[in-house]
Amino acid sequence: MTRSFLLAAAVLLPASLLAILIALAFGSVAIAPGDLLAVVLGEGSRLHDTLVLELRLPRALAAFAAGGLLGLAGALMQVLLRNPLADPYVLGLSGGASVGALLAMLAGLSMFSISLAAFAGALLSTVIVFGLAHGTGSWTPTRLLLTGVVVAAGWGAMISFLLAVSPTAELPGMLYWLMGDVSHARNPYPAWILLIVVVLLALPLGRTLNVLARGPMQAAALGVAVRPVEWSIYVAAALITATAVMQVGAVGFVGLIVPHMLRLIFGNDQRVILPASALGGGILLTLADTLARTIIAPEQLPVGVITAMLGVPVFLFLLYRSR
Amino acid sequence: MPHTPPSAAAASQPHDAPGLGARSVHQKPGPDTLLATHDLVIDIPGRPPGSPLELTVDPGQCWGILGPNGAGKSTLLQTLAGLRAARAGTIKVKGQRIATLPRAELARRLGLVFQTHHDGFPATVLETALIGRHPYLRPWDIETSEDYARARAALAEMDLSDLEGRMVDTLSGGERQRLAIATVLTQDPSLLLLDEPTSQLDLHHQVAVLNRVQSIVAQENRAAVLVLHDVNLAARYCDHLLLLFPDGQACWGPTATMLVPSALERLYNQRLSVGEVDGLPVFLPRNE
Repeated sequence: MTRSFLLAAAVLLPASLLAILIALAFGSVAIAPGDLLAVVLGEGSRLHDTLVLELRLPRALAAFAAGGLLGLAGALMQVLLRNPLADPYVLGLSGGASVGALLAMLAGLSMFSISLAAFAGALLSTVIVFGLAHGTGSWTPTRLLLTGVVVAAGWGAMISFLLAVSPTAELPGMLYWLMGDVSHARNPYPAWILLIVVVLLALPLGRTLNVLARGPMQAAALGVAVRPVEWSIYVAAALITATAVMQVGAVGFVGLIVPHMLRLIFGNDQRVILPASALGGGILLTLADTLARTIIAPEQLPVGVITAMLGVPVFLFLLYRSR
Repeated sequence: MPHTPPSAAAASQPHDAPGLGARSVHQKPGPDTLLATHDLVIDIPGRPPGSPLELTVDPGQCWGILGPNGAGKSTLLQTLAGLRAARAGTIKVKGQRIATLPRAELARRLGLVFQTHHDGFPATVLETALIGRHPYLRPWDIETSEDYARARAALAEMDLSDLEGRMVDTLSGGERQRLAIATVLTQDPSLLLLDEPTSQLDLHHQVAVLNRVQSIVAQENRAAVLVLHDVNLAARYCDHLLLLFPDGQACWGPTATMLVPSALERLYNQRLSVGEVDGLPVFLPRNE
């Protein structure tokens, strides 16, 4: 375990730094490595300073934090549901958060209240999906996915309804929630703090989660207080999903692709996979956002388009392989 | 202790059925008793309550639970492990009610091997055995080399050393079952609860597992409770038996007093032929 932990750290920490540097260097105007170094050392030109420190850095940090939260949310849910197909977007959590946020925006509430509403939406979605899929007795991957997909479709209809009745002036701001877009993210620090706190809380829980992955009865027989642990994860997953949605809108599939890839490389110890998923999700979303900014520059793509183009094939492949 | 073996006459009375609840040996729990139940009625949904159980499992004892499919054997075992709520009564492990024991402490005193195993995520054989150390580790602890040594020793005892690095989902049914037993050996509790530990094993491994259980029970302060389907293995390895009848009746006591053909025939609703091998009774289904 120690070895794969160190290996993951040795690979992912430099990769994270590299991803953020790439995000700083590329865009509608590319900045040469030498100029980037000058900016970092505080000797850059004013144009480069503005571009890097005021425009690209907050955006890269926001993308990284949101991606990290989504990766972590996916990894947590997959353990909890003992199902590698679980993901906050697929299971409708992101949809619930979007509806909560849209309703709050429509009511003209403050930014803080919008965050709260997004959290409430994500939590409600969690309770509906997990409650119904748990239901009476046995639950299968199929049943869980169906519940999640149907709930997500329900949120989709709610979103269409809200857009239809919204004043035209509100529409651009609202569409931002739905397309998955980092360009409006401004203050990445709350997301960073949450990311660090949840990773630090998840680390000592890692071994418990390893045991929980063997099923609730087996975990209880090995001394795990199953109910409290499960509910903590439900709430944590809803909270970090809602925070990520607040930052970057309903970006899908990060929580699906990242833990799966990392499991193939580093094995399945949650003490490694949870922090690695946070870093991996951050790297993926930072790079995807850089791609979204540059691929048709000066126009920008919503980053959700990029992650979906990566995520849908991965999801279908997993579903195909899981029989 | 006065004890009347289940008799054909008693077995023929539908309500007093083999009856014998009243005639079972009610041993009083002592200071060393590992597991004691008082008026325990297990909860099987939609079933009227069965006879209350007054079981006392002392160090050195190996109990066998016999009964037909659906009699509640697994439910009883899971209730004893604190994983299911009982309909009535109390369970004490080493003198403390399990409801008041923290889960991790309970897991250090008692370990349960399930009949079926859910491996949601890929994991290796060694990792799976190693989760047996979970009850002993604090949240920030990482498994030490001693934990690994215990897991490897348990795998060796179950003939699984060569498979250490294999993925669990590639194991055969019997290998998976031996791995589950290796996990509980790694857990190393005072009281072993095993749900049909030999159901998927070949003859050699059946005997190997039961011999290992016997050698554990012979250690200081250990005992085991096994759900078994094979009466003959139970006769050979268990010193006490609990018979669970399909109607919820139960009787229990030392093995010699429980292995009464008429009671067993009523238990399984199957005529039996009785023989003797190596001084032990052997029961075979009679085909008529």
